[in-house]
Amino acid sequence: MDSAILVSILLSIVSASTPLLLAATGELVTERSGLLNLGVEGMMLVGSVVGFAVTYSTGSALLGVVAAALGGAAMALVFSFLTLTLLANQVATGLALTIFGIGLAAMMGAGFVGHPVPKLPGLHIPGLSELPVVGPLLFGQDALVYFSFLALFGTTWFLFHTHGGLVLRAVGDSHDAAHAIGYPVIRIRYAAALFGGAMSGLAGAYLSLSYTPMWAEDMTAGRGWIALALVVFATWRPGRLLLGAYLFGGITILQFHVQTLGIGVPAQLVSMLPYLATIVVLCIISTDRGRIRLNAPACLGRPFHAAG
Amino acid sequence: MGGAGGVGSAESPVVRSDSNADQPLLSLRGIGKTFPGCIANEAIDLDLWPGEIHALLGENGAGKSTLVKIIYGVLKPDAGEIRWQGRPVALANPAQARALGIGMVFQHFSLFEALTVTENIALGLTDPSQRRDLRHRIVAIADAYGLPLDPDRVVHDLSVGERQRIEIVRCLLQDPRLLIMDEPTSVLTPQEAERLFATLRRLAAEGCAILYISHKLDEIRALCERATILRQGRVVATCDPRIEDSRYLAELMIGAELAAPSHGRRPDFDAATRLVVAHLTRASDQQFGTDLHDITFDVRAGEILGIGGIAGNGQSELMAVLSGEVLADRSERITLDGQPVGRVGPDGRRACGACFVPEERNDHGAVREMTLAENAFLSGHRRRNLARRGIIDRLRTLLFAGEVVSDFDVRTSGPKAEARSLSGGNLQKFIVGREILQRPGVLVVAQPTWGVDAGAAADIHQALLNLADTGAAIVIISQDLDELMMLSDRIAVIAGGRLSPPRPVGEVSVAEIGLLMGGVHGSRVAHAS
Repeated sequence: MDSAILVSILLSIVSASTPLLLAATGELVTERSGLLNLGVEGMMLVGSVVGFAVTYSTGSALLGVVAAALGGAAMALVFSFLTLTLLANQVATGLALTIFGIGLAAMMGAGFVGHPVPKLPGLHIPGLSELPVVGPLLFGQDALVYFSFLALFGTTWFLFHTHGGLVLRAVGDSHDAAHAIGYPVIRIRYAAALFGGAMSGLAGAYLSLSYTPMWAEDMTAGRGWIALALVVFATWRPGRLLLGAYLFGGITILQFHVQTLGIGVPAQLVSMLPYLATIVVLCIISTDRGRIRLNAPACLGRPFHAAG
Repeated sequence: MGGAGGVGSAESPVVRSDSNADQPLLSLRGIGKTFPGCIANEAIDLDLWPGEIHALLGENGAGKSTLVKIIYGVLKPDAGEIRWQGRPVALANPAQARALGIGMVFQHFSLFEALTVTENIALGLTDPSQRRDLRHRIVAIADAYGLPLDPDRVVHDLSVGERQRIEIVRCLLQDPRLLIMDEPTSVLTPQEAERLFATLRRLAAEGCAILYISHKLDEIRALCERATILRQGRVVATCDPRIEDSRYLAELMIGAELAAPSHGRRPDFDAATRLVVAHLTRASDQQFGTDLHDITFDVRAGEILGIGGIAGNGQSELMAVLSGEVLADRSERITLDGQPVGRVGPDGRRACGACFVPEERNDHGAVREMTLAENAFLSGHRRRNLARRGIIDRLRTLLFAGEVVSDFDVRTSGPKAEARSLSGGNLQKFIVGREILQRPGVLVVAQPTWGVDAGAAADIHQALLNLADTGAAIVIISQDLDELMMLSDRIAVIAGGRLSPPRPVGEVSVAEIGLLMGGVHGSRVAHAS
């Protein structure tokens, strides 16, 4: 295998993993605050169509990316209002949000199908970007790829090294105790949900502006659900999220290459690989009883109603 | 008033410039609070002076918690006025209360299970400058006040007693002007409690006011200068507890005469042995749990064995092994009426005539979201035949739950009420009653009266004595030494996962037991003064 093929495989793994990493990082923060938002898929789709439409209309990728984040956050705001202010059931609301997002995105995107936009520009550092293998991988990616790493490290630092992060984890662990001490549980959850929505929006924008720089209906193809599973897979720890996103992205890409290499395995079996891998890893994690229990936010999915 | 004059020691007491002995630190006038369906507080007046230790007494549901939550800014009063040093204040949230210098040691709901001790304490400190170098300050305060605490452990793995130490340390770190303490000593050894009292007296001498909630009347009489007694949301009396006797105070609280629990029997040392535990050794499943070493004891028919000890010394592990939630290594380690049951689970042990009351009533002793009838079914279906061929017999279940409610005076709307709608004391009465009415041959109870008011505790104690009179063998695992001394025929102490040999209660002094609790076996040595 020559290095050109290797580089192209590695590049495609990065492309497949980035949207998962972005969306899962956002959802991890949301879930750490105790809010279970199953609407990631819907928020991603709205982000992808808004990002595409704004970029197509204005010609500015930057505006498009910002709009995508706002679009995802707006969806999250709907979710938060329903679940936090009106105390609707989080699971049902999240599912509804996904269905709503699919329809809304299809409607908004109807006029944009088939129009291409320029792909997000990659970084170019003369000298470094031309290095074999390392050049395109480390110094030739687009801004959202770098941002996905930055966001992950930023999130880790925020959650485990700042007081704000401690408060967020505390709210997810026991909203009653946090309320008793005097932290604004509802406002903190709103903020966490909006961050999660914005990150999902960015994940969507990555799909429609970089992965395949065009808009197609239902173009997230279940990536929102995979991002949700990744958060459990990572047992709510950001470090494992990075591992999980790239493992999953890697297996997704591997299946294409196994198919093109003509190995005698039925294509259907190969397509199952990513999902099979998820199940196997989830089983392995669950055998360690302490781990899930210690890391899962105890108030995940539970409505908070302040007494008095 | 007390405070200001008593400050004269060499250890440079903190003299607060604006503390003024001419006016109360905090005064409440006509405080009222109504919840849907109940008046929690009505026209409550209360003055707290700098340097005084003031007791707040009352049954569960008397409105104590509501009142302290109002003072701490968690709840807003519907009526009345709060004055802080003479100026009216509106406490919208606990952060404002803390900014004034009000600290509170909660009894429940204020620890984060997944976080470490240090993180938990950091969450209670609003001012970022207080959070600097927190770890060392925790260790320093904990040492100074004799509250051993490892700042890096996760709360999840800590016992009730250790958790309460976190609360106390959290408050002390904030250098409070008014400290509210909700039952702080229930999990301390007598020596540790004495040490805490010394701490509180020192704080009071420094000018801090202390509002002290406790059900232990002797303790209040030893510590407090004034007591305000609440009943059904109103102040029924304010008195000096040092000159009133405990019985009178208790009767003011419950508004009725309090019957002392009475034995109807003498322990019979020839009676048949019903429960035998022999050389039981079991490593804990918990990451920071206590391993049990060579536990040996037996209990005869009609006998009550008390097991004392400081929280976190193996009580929860012992309870789990006795109830069958955790199995012993060999079947003959535990025998019930001669039958080896060490490898049998809880249901099998119930079939052999044993019943259990775990320490934690919420989500262990009862399912909070289920009705009382359903909770009664869950533990009693076997011994009370509440199911027929796998189908729940709803009538019998309702009757059984109703029997528990009426026999044990559980205050609830009926057997169809959800368990979570009951106050702690009422739910505890229900759980104890549910097990006792299954007429067990062996009953193992952990912390039967934890967080339960005096009236309910007396009822539970009497019920346990009555059960023993019917020939049941009872094991009580408790941190409340007074309770053990009153009920037990023999008493043993668990420390570091080892059980001291049981001794007849008349032959052993409280001081001796306190020393055993402090760890004859070497671990968790209490800071001897």
